[in-house]
Amino acid sequence: MKRRHKKFAIILTAVIGLSVAALFIMDAFKDNMVFFYSPTDVFAGKSPTNKTFRLGGMVEKGSIKKSTKNLKVEFIVTDNNKKIPVTYEGILPDLFREGQGVITQGKLNENNMFTASEVLAKHDENYMPPEVADAMKRAKEKANKSKM
Amino acid sequence: MNITKYAAPVVFYPLAGKLIPWFAWATGITLTIGLIMGLFIAPTDYQQGESYRIMFIHVPSAWMSMLVYVVMATAGAVALAWKTRLSEMLATACAPIGASFTLIALITGAIWGKPMWGAYWVWDARLTSELVLLFLYLGFMALQASIDDPRRAARAAAILALVGVINIPIIHFSVEWWNTLHQPASVSKISAPSIHPSMLWPLLINAVGFHLFFATTVLMRMRTEVLIRERHKSWIADIVGVKP
Amino acid sequence: MNWAEFFTMGGYGKFIWSAYGAAAFIIILNVVLPMRRHKKVLHMLRELLKMKERE
Repeated sequence: MKRRHKKFAIILTAVIGLSVAALFIMDAFKDNMVFFYSPTDVFAGKSPTNKTFRLGGMVEKGSIKKSTKNLKVEFIVTDNNKKIPVTYEGILPDLFREGQGVITQGKLNENNMFTASEVLAKHDENYMPPEVADAMKRAKEKANKSKM
Repeated sequence: MNITKYAAPVVFYPLAGKLIPWFAWATGITLTIGLIMGLFIAPTDYQQGESYRIMFIHVPSAWMSMLVYVVMATAGAVALAWKTRLSEMLATACAPIGASFTLIALITGAIWGKPMWGAYWVWDARLTSELVLLFLYLGFMALQASIDDPRRAARAAAILALVGVINIPIIHFSVEWWNTLHQPASVSKISAPSIHPSMLWPLLINAVGFHLFFATTVLMRMRTEVLIRERHKSWIADIVGVKP
Repeated sequence: MNWAEFFTMGGYGKFIWSAYGAAAFIIILNVVLPMRRHKKVLHMLRELLKMKERE
């Protein structure tokens, strides 16, 4: 093979390789671009039906009901607009807490109940020692009181 | 002063040789301070307990994975435009270091994700684009290795690096553009960082340490590149200590 | 703080130490491998130049 031909072949392979890689990536992204749907999205009919999808939001305060006998747990996912009750059986991540972000994978039934097969906790970008968090919480409560 | 003078491999080789020990010591001292502060002094996090300490290596290596890529692509662009040998060598030296930082970010992130999120890996936009970055580095190295002529290899790899630059803003903004499991940025946001100063300091010190580490190893790798690429030049004989 | 407590890291010890260990391993590899390669290349160049001298 001539040098010029070899060079052309290399460039062609590189371009094809890159394009194929880009296609795969775009395809992977298309399905995952939306990593999760909020309860509002679900009520707006944006989430897939009869297919598993991820539901994301906050665990509503005071909504966690844990079974004493097994690993069954019930809680409500909210985005401060709509709410969806979720049932799950399994081990929960350490950051699964009331008022914290959560992403669950599963199916929605006819009664708008979500049966999750996987629960992931989403954490926020804030990092601080507990004393500081407590102080901030107290300051916020104080500010709210003085407003009233 | 003429900066381009230092871009001549014959000047660069001994200069880098003198600089490396200084950078190496600075790296060692900075990272020791950063690690002591991160593991012993920084307080427990209110949400994540002690597990957040993985952040002190995860975040700086993720930053470096992107910075090294930008350096590599810029060096590649300079090499394409002006055919400067040293910038070709810089781009070549960057690739394995950048791949290493990416790998550290991915591994530490996975280990951190398991206890906090409940999963080692998810295909969200942030994690996927960082994985694409690793493949870009590996592709750069593979492409360069597959072409025999070093100058043509450098040019082909530089084009690949430039195309891949698009991934850098995607990584950075992925957490804002799409719903991701990964949390948004804590430090590089416009308002004040949402990390308490007692936790921010070890993070920033480690970040400085990682920059210094990059400087150290990139100079080491570039010196080897100089030896290989300039082996037919007469001054190489003086350096290796054999008179021709 | 005692050492046992430090290594347990509030129950996250295995995660923290494996993450730090993996990072340390990759970083050390990034020092050792380039140094070895540099020595090897220097050695090869010396051999090459010696051969040229003999010719």
